[in-house]
Amino acid sequence: MKKPFTPKVVTANHLLKGDVIYQTATGWTRTLAQAEVLTDEADADLRLLEASQQTGEVVGAYLAEVKLRDGDPVPTHFREDFRATGPSNYAHGKQAELN
Amino acid sequence: MYSYSDFDTAFLAQRNAQFRAQVERRIAGHLTEDEFKPLRLMNGLYLQLHAYMLRVAIPYGTLNGARMRKLADIAERWDKGYGHFTTRQNIQFNWPELRDVPDMLDALAEVGMHAIQTSGNTIRNVTADHFAGAAADEIADPRPVAELLRQWSTDHPEFQFMPRKFKIAITGSPNDRAVTRAHDIGLRMVERDGARGFEVIVGGGLGRTPMIGKVINDFLPEPDLLPYLEAIVSVWNQIGRRDNKYKARIKITVHEHGIDDIRRRVDERFAQTRAAFSGVDQQMLREIEAHFAPPAFQDADTAPYDHALQHYPAFRSWADTNLTPHRAPDHAIVTISLKKHRATPGDASASQMRLIAGLAERYGYDEIRISHEQNVILPHVHKAALPAVYSALRAEGLATANIGLVSDIIACPGMDYCALATARSIPIAQEIATAFDDLKREHEIGPLKIKISGCINACGHHHVGHIGILGLDRAGVENYQITLGGDHSENAAIGDRVGPGFSADDIVPAVERIVDTYLDLRTGPEETFLETYRRTGMSPFKSALYPDARLAAE
Repeated sequence: MKKPFTPKVVTANHLLKGDVIYQTATGWTRTLAQAEVLTDEADADLRLLEASQQTGEVVGAYLAEVKLRDGDPVPTHFREDFRATGPSNYAHGKQAELN
Repeated sequence: MYSYSDFDTAFLAQRNAQFRAQVERRIAGHLTEDEFKPLRLMNGLYLQLHAYMLRVAIPYGTLNGARMRKLADIAERWDKGYGHFTTRQNIQFNWPELRDVPDMLDALAEVGMHAIQTSGNTIRNVTADHFAGAAADEIADPRPVAELLRQWSTDHPEFQFMPRKFKIAITGSPNDRAVTRAHDIGLRMVERDGARGFEVIVGGGLGRTPMIGKVINDFLPEPDLLPYLEAIVSVWNQIGRRDNKYKARIKITVHEHGIDDIRRRVDERFAQTRAAFSGVDQQMLREIEAHFAPPAFQDADTAPYDHALQHYPAFRSWADTNLTPHRAPDHAIVTISLKKHRATPGDASASQMRLIAGLAERYGYDEIRISHEQNVILPHVHKAALPAVYSALRAEGLATANIGLVSDIIACPGMDYCALATARSIPIAQEIATAFDDLKREHEIGPLKIKISGCINACGHHHVGHIGILGLDRAGVENYQITLGGDHSENAAIGDRVGPGFSADDIVPAVERIVDTYLDLRTGPEETFLETYRRTGMSPFKSALYPDARLAAE
């Protein structure tokens, strides 16, 4: 039986900065909480296709699974957790930008 | 060390200009990412988890003060003020932006450095014994040969699109500090009847299919080196598997065909390649050797060293662990630990790099090495200067006395940085080092090499760690497998997997149980962990790690 579709966000790396970005309804954000949450599989595939075509801005777009906590998307896998925050040995990356 | 000729300088300038144009074309949208990716990889530029990463080659791990200062400048100007020294004797910058990379490469070129062939399916940076040119146990300095190999393999037209990457390591000492048996080709300098040659080892490697290399030629005369290596790489380039990247390395080719078949093919090919080498390579080697002439070692009174040994216990402790005998008895090889407890293994800040550069220039004949164990070496320091060197290092947090001990851990960047990783390595290394430092046990434990990889690709050499730790993703949770009994030396061995893995919370206590078991079992302080393991086998360690399984069996 096909697995039920779980919520996703489109994520990629920024071409120039190389950092992690997430697709919004109108563009891209560096904050996961602001990402567009996709709950429909066909819609998610379409949004990924649109993202993949933006080769002048993003690299390596893919769908990452999320769950909703207080209405905001949060990662379900630890890899996406690190991408959303930064390395654990220094307060670099997104955690530096957020603090 | 080797100084660039006008040809080298012009080649590098041309290459950097070419890459600058490629970056501009990518940004302008004239190159797709699929087109750009192989071009950036050929120039050492990866896209990792949080940012681009530039891997800079440090040929055979040799630097001088000017080059180290340049790395410090780059770290400050285009990165976050530090660099990460790797198990390939290279340095990685974790935070560059794409537009800046051509400028970074130009800055490197100012001191004769580059990032060429630090990635891609090419012959990578040739690695060597980090004590090369200084070790008391050395037959000859392997670096001139390593430099010859660098020049031969750089932009070699036949070897730019091979089945997979290809790594060569060389040692001039019978005590193998270059892990030659875990490389695609390992070279051990040997002498026979007064002539210099090489024991050639082929098909070693770690990764998902670890293999100890096999001797394909027990004595290759020095003049035959390049045509013979060209024959090996050529044979593999032709018959190596391109249908499956996980079976493409030469270790698989050797395994599938057998060493005798590979030897026969290489010998046939060698008959052709030998004829094409007129001897110019040997002339070049003689010229290169002149660049590596040993410094004129100074004479001085060693009284300051003797006095410090006698009166300062901290200095004595550092001297006991971080100094290695030098070929000149009044000199020493200094290993600067980049493994301060709680710090990230292999990381050095810009100010630390500048301090090391200054010490090398003032006390070390302007020579620096990077070890595959992610430490920095001052290969030639007169003993009279050691107290001053120690004091300066201590002021910058670089005088940790732990070389070869439990906290001198190799750790790959793991999932804190690497896009390939399946788990983190760095925090595990930090926690292990902290746990043993808190109880001040590591000098009691003695020589013990822990090596941690954050994925099956084994950049952290876990297979050859006395205790190896492999981080995996098990159903969305970090999980750490332990291997025991690995050895990277001339007695190279792949470690044995103990059993089911441990969670991130349980892995440090598990390592402590292994060490406690060793301390209980050893016949005395002179029996090392590896010796005890070889004597007792895995059983007592397994019982300590999985007591419930033991009870169930009883």
